[in-house]
Amino acid sequence: MLRISGGRVYDPANGIQGEVKDICIADGRIVNDVQGAAVRTIPASGMVVFPGGVDVHTHVAGAALNFARGMTPENHRAAAKFIHSPLLRAGTGGITPTTFATGYLYAGMGYTTVNEAAVPILSARHTHEELRDTPIVDKSSCVLMANNEILLDLFEEGETERARDVLAWLIWAAKGYGVKAVNPGGVAAWKWGKDAKVLSDPVHGYGKVTPAIIIAQLAAIVDHLRLPHPLHIHCNNLGVPGNVSTTLETMRVLEGHRAHMAHLQFHAYGGDDWTTLRSEAAAVAEYFNAHPNLTADAGAILFGNSVTITADGPWQHLLYQLTGRKWGNLDVENETGCGIVPYVYKGSNVVNAVQWAVGLELLLLIDDPWRIFLTTDHPNGACFWRYPEVIHLLMDASFRRECLRKLPSRALKRIVLPDVDREYTLSEIATITSAGPARALGMPRKGHLGPGADADVTIYNESPDRGLMFRHPRYVLKGGEVVVEEGDIRKVVDGRELIVRPAYDENIEEYLRPLFEQYYTVAFENYPVEQERLEGADIRELG
Amino acid sequence: MITLSLKEEPPVPLEAEALSPDVVATLRYDEICALPMFLGKRQCRVDDHFVVEGEASDELEIRGDAGRVKWIGRGMTRGRLRIVGNAGMHLGAYMKGGTIEVTGSAGDWAGAEMSGGLIRIGGNAGGQIGAAYRGSRTGMTDGTILIEGSAGLEVGMRMKRGTIAIKGSVKDFAGLEMKGGTLIVGGAELRTGAWMTRGTIVSLTRIPLLPTFAYSGTCNPTFLRLYARQLGTCGFSVPCDASAGAYLLYTGDTAVSDKGEILAWQPHAS
Repeated sequence: MLRISGGRVYDPANGIQGEVKDICIADGRIVNDVQGAAVRTIPASGMVVFPGGVDVHTHVAGAALNFARGMTPENHRAAAKFIHSPLLRAGTGGITPTTFATGYLYAGMGYTTVNEAAVPILSARHTHEELRDTPIVDKSSCVLMANNEILLDLFEEGETERARDVLAWLIWAAKGYGVKAVNPGGVAAWKWGKDAKVLSDPVHGYGKVTPAIIIAQLAAIVDHLRLPHPLHIHCNNLGVPGNVSTTLETMRVLEGHRAHMAHLQFHAYGGDDWTTLRSEAAAVAEYFNAHPNLTADAGAILFGNSVTITADGPWQHLLYQLTGRKWGNLDVENETGCGIVPYVYKGSNVVNAVQWAVGLELLLLIDDPWRIFLTTDHPNGACFWRYPEVIHLLMDASFRRECLRKLPSRALKRIVLPDVDREYTLSEIATITSAGPARALGMPRKGHLGPGADADVTIYNESPDRGLMFRHPRYVLKGGEVVVEEGDIRKVVDGRELIVRPAYDENIEEYLRPLFEQYYTVAFENYPVEQERLEGADIRELG
Repeated sequence: MITLSLKEEPPVPLEAEALSPDVVATLRYDEICALPMFLGKRQCRVDDHFVVEGEASDELEIRGDAGRVKWIGRGMTRGRLRIVGNAGMHLGAYMKGGTIEVTGSAGDWAGAEMSGGLIRIGGNAGGQIGAAYRGSRTGMTDGTILIEGSAGLEVGMRMKRGTIAIKGSVKDFAGLEMKGGTLIVGGAELRTGAWMTRGTIVSLTRIPLLPTFAYSGTCNPTFLRLYARQLGTCGFSVPCDASAGAYLLYTGDTAVSDKGEILAWQPHAS
């Protein structure tokens, strides 16, 4: 039992904004009160108490990330080292940290739940193995569906009900939590060397199915199955100048459904080509503000080294042609693809400078902090352990102006950030880093400090230097255990996996089995991830 | 001067990046003895493996067969490091300045990604001399590596500037993906200069060439006289007398560029 006494508590989900109050913990949950001699007290007066951070969109495990690790040994050499100790496993930090280091780094920053945002079902087993080796944090995963040929064939034939059963079966097969759509139709077209650039054009290789149909169908199915997390969508034309029209059209297709727009920064560009690229964050924010069915994460970029990893194969080929550096491409049979390109964002580059501004503009121009969340699309825009830098930029307009002065003057004409004076409050930061993403993910025990919540708590030393304050929390509690104390990891606990089991007609297996025998290299029996592999998973049955 | 005498050859590699003039220059005797090293995965101290003499100097001498001692002189910027005996892998990797002298042989990756300084190896060297580490885009960017004996694979891989001179022969892929600098070899095995985009490889004998190198005439380049004079002071002779012979010039690797050059010495028939 534990009492955090005298801290200033920010718990936006329960309407608490900087009240000094005690937080009590028993059996890994928040409770109203604890009594007795066995209660440990953490004196937190003068400190700031947040619910543990929740990352709605990150890439921390699986075949693609592992490929990226393998492709960039030079980054690992330069990275922070985690030396083997009685407490910690060895590993390296950097841009694509090793599994154990990922857990330590997230926890060390006060994050206690992460959502791995892109899992091909074929490599789900590998992903879960890596997630099991990612300590401390709780984990969920989104399963890639928008280029799954079995589903696309069903959409082509208009077999919506069967598609619903197949999708539900696939989620359970992957032991996933949500549904991810990446460049709907585009990755399927990439297998022909093509892309899907127009939402109303049929996908290459199909007669009727268009990206718009895929998006609408998936969103409808996700809502019908009552999945806790809405359709998680990476729009078509990521990163392309002028892609704002595609993004707005995608949002219009999604009207009437819940949806989460991933890394919106990469989808809010105007202009006709790289030389005329400009920010359209204002247009995106205006539409977004008026449509409460949507949530989004920023996908902000920060200047420096990164490695881009996405299922969006065609975009990665284009990026490779732009950089002329390394390029990795994976084909995942009938399901999706994957591309990997190391990239350096430079403040002196006009395009990168605009991208940097767009991420912040979206965070600042979208009014409701409950609907826009802090991410960098790790490791695409920047590493997750650089979130405190973004928080600093959001909370301090004068620091932002200082950074703007270093940008090339040509970039300043293409962005609206210099005119934005908004500064985030601590309560708003707690919303975009924890309460909001937990609500969007549909995790009722995460992201708040009310009775019954998981006792995931982060305690910061209050400091006017917000970057410093959020980089080094004083204490981090996970499930009631003090894992970080005085800024150091003191205890390593296992994180749980969060999984949903949607209802489906068992007979769907008889439909799928022959398709597998015909099209897959994997036997049908070997395809689903066995439940026994996921020790201690938190499974939510959906009726 | 500080002298470190190896007590016995370690049974597994000893990772000793503390053995650098920069590290020991300001340390007292007992601090040098306590410097950390890794024997395999176990941390140990310098005096577990070496008899230490002297203190606070940027002249460091290591005695004994240190063929399993890795990372000696890593990232050093100044001073003198002399190894009486052999040196292990990664000798002088990331080195920025100063001098390393080895009387015996050195392992792979000597001078990898170095950006200044001089490495002299009295015996043979392993592969990847002055090379880029796996994944990196550039190998050595300045400095000099002189080897009396022969060397292994991928010598000067992705090197961008600086000079490597090897009296003996090198194995396959010398100057692989070379981007600049000068590589002088006594001879070479297969695929020399594969994917090179710039830079000069000088061979003192005829070597087998890739079909993607184009013969572009004979010459006696003026710049080689400068190299010959400079290297001559270190005991390396580079022929450049037009009366004795000429260099056959090949440009390539045309698979990626035509700006790289391979010069192979051909003495006049006498």
